[in-house]
Amino acid sequence: MICAGTGCVANGSLKVKDALETELIKRNLQKEVKIVLTGCNGFCAKGPVMVVYPEDIFYQLVKPEDVPHLVEEHFIKGRPVQKFLYTPPADKNTIPVMNDIPFFKHQVLRALRNRSLIDAEKIEEYIARDGYMAAAKALTEMTPEQIVVEMKKSGLRGRGGAGFLTGLKWELCARVSGDIKYILCNGDEGDPGAFMDRSVMEADPHSVLEGMIIAAKAINAHYGYIYVRAEYPLAVQRLQLAIESAKDHGLLGKDILGTGFDLDLEIYQGAGAFVCGEETALMASIEGKRGMPRAKPPFPAVKGLWQRPSVLNNVETFANIPPIILHGADWYASLGTEKSKGTKVFALSGALNNIGLVEVPMGTPLKTIIYDIGGGIKNNRKFKAVQMGGPSGGCIPGSLIDTPVDFENINKTGAIMGSGGMVVMDETTCMPAMAKFFLEFTEDESCGKCVPCRIGNKTLLTILQRITNGEGREGDIELLLDLSQQIKDTSLCGLGQTSPNPVLTTIKYFRDEYEAHIKEHRCPARVCTPLVKFVVDQSKCKKCGQCFKACPAGALKWEKGQVAYIDPEKCTKCKSCIKACRFWSID
Amino acid sequence: MSTEAAAEQTATNNEVILPEMYTRIDAIIEKYKDKPGSLIPVLQQAQEVCGYLPHLVQRYIAKGMNMSPSVVFGVATFYSYFTLVPRGKHVIRVCLGTACYVKRSEEIIEKIKAELDLEVGEITRDKKYSLEAVRCLGACGLAPVVVIGQDTYGDVAATKVMDIIKKYD
Repeated sequence: MICAGTGCVANGSLKVKDALETELIKRNLQKEVKIVLTGCNGFCAKGPVMVVYPEDIFYQLVKPEDVPHLVEEHFIKGRPVQKFLYTPPADKNTIPVMNDIPFFKHQVLRALRNRSLIDAEKIEEYIARDGYMAAAKALTEMTPEQIVVEMKKSGLRGRGGAGFLTGLKWELCARVSGDIKYILCNGDEGDPGAFMDRSVMEADPHSVLEGMIIAAKAINAHYGYIYVRAEYPLAVQRLQLAIESAKDHGLLGKDILGTGFDLDLEIYQGAGAFVCGEETALMASIEGKRGMPRAKPPFPAVKGLWQRPSVLNNVETFANIPPIILHGADWYASLGTEKSKGTKVFALSGALNNIGLVEVPMGTPLKTIIYDIGGGIKNNRKFKAVQMGGPSGGCIPGSLIDTPVDFENINKTGAIMGSGGMVVMDETTCMPAMAKFFLEFTEDESCGKCVPCRIGNKTLLTILQRITNGEGREGDIELLLDLSQQIKDTSLCGLGQTSPNPVLTTIKYFRDEYEAHIKEHRCPARVCTPLVKFVVDQSKCKKCGQCFKACPAGALKWEKGQVAYIDPEKCTKCKSCIKACRFWSID
Repeated sequence: MSTEAAAEQTATNNEVILPEMYTRIDAIIEKYKDKPGSLIPVLQQAQEVCGYLPHLVQRYIAKGMNMSPSVVFGVATFYSYFTLVPRGKHVIRVCLGTACYVKRSEEIIEKIKAELDLEVGEITRDKKYSLEAVRCLGACGLAPVVVIGQDTYGDVAATKVMDIIKKYD
């Protein structure tokens, strides 16, 4: 099983596959060993990765030139190759078996149940793993009402961010009469730092289609769209193939499985607009217009796409549905917390040792995700904060690391669950600069329809630019807080109502950094260049000379046993020395 | 191409659209004309034909789809996928998503801007490269990410990025 997710392909996994094919033929093993290209394995940081069954041996960072050695050792001599096994940080012993590795051990796979097990382009492999059984059950044994009841009982909440009860959404739409209704899938994964939907669409497209069939039956829709970002070409290609093969197998189109139920699905490629993740904006976009949200009510369940009743669910939500129908609501609700049931997929990225895609039960403490699964912070630095929920979310500081991750507890911190991006930051991240980064995003992506979002966010950005440029004024923090609250209260859609969250949470937990920027003209993380003096602090310098080696401009003066000195005439303020210094001795 | 369109083309000399391109755009319009809500796919495919969306082509599409040019312009400028200026032979896209930002992808952009002497959204004078800052590409495990043409590069250092770019000629 070779991972052919985007991360591993970029690291050359397809070349590894070719090398493996050639080598197996050379040694006449092509009949004994079958190579399967799978979707994203999740452990992206270690790509290209592969898993060898039946022993479950996990190999990482495999290069094409290593393949002959690997075949010789593993397939001929029958021993795992130490060099490509996973070694935990701060440990010497390798872990050969995949599910013994902490990154995998703490995970519970439901939405990602077929991860590393099937070839995404073969419907037979999906069917072999109980695929389309739930759709068959829903179409032949269940009434729409029964499906809705089961979904409500499961407690599944929308995985796109807002966390609305999926069953309730379906019920609202099912109640509305109308001969034409639409079932829509939101694959416009726009949050920077989130890639779980991409992975599901690429690795297990049929699970999305099956979820949509069940939903269509529940609301009585016969036509649907899957809205996918144009930035995800592989996802588009795999979904297209999945739709075609499902049609060939009588699982989509007219008279599905001979039940008389029809459903046609079509892919609609987005053209790049973050706001299109908002449901009414997404529908406007499918209608060929500028993707601008409108006021609700009427809710899309009553008047949605082309003014018809519509249900829009997120990719991960759909992927969760087949097992709920197949194994029952009680099975699903057995995991999770009181109000957040089941599991959630998170995309771990940033300053972590183990970057990748993970699925854990709701209520898992942040600490388990970051330290046990994520393997802790890279380069032994200090954990500062984790950003959740993208531009609509916020930063959760190190002091709240024991927070159980579910909708309620994350909301209490001021961040939001969002679609599940977790960007981990160490002490080299400057919080006001981080807030500025998100506001640049929001300012750019605001559709411009309502004033608070269009002008308010622009003003927030101006103030943050001032602060990070060293021109912050007394009272700026209060101004940010006041303006943020007004934008939240008065914006039309979810984008504006949540866009000040990065500002509010960073002020709430890191107010001292804002004050340092404004009052002391100092950036504690040494990120904001105008506030960095580029002077070596004599008392902190350990005379190691690392800065001297790193400087590309010849501005650093250093001799063995001497404190370093930066020549301001020659310094280009590139910050290479700051990155090289491990003792924070350059201000 | 109609004589009217030809006349318009002479009027704005900067935009050169080959007759062959109009033929292909005609086929796209014909395919989607009667399907509601298909302006976005039409523009996506027209952009594949021309490499960008010249004003003349936008007007041509508006006429073909029986829409006002302002509607077409509105959609073309709303979505980041569409570009109204030509792109270079090699498009360099630097990811500015959160994960890449945390890993200092801004420094990569600054480096490219300085080395190639262009701004984001611009094209080099020899038309070889154009530079774009893009939103999260969903390859956060590889951050910071630079995409050149169809090739994705992960874990790119600002100091090394020019070595990668120079491989594309």
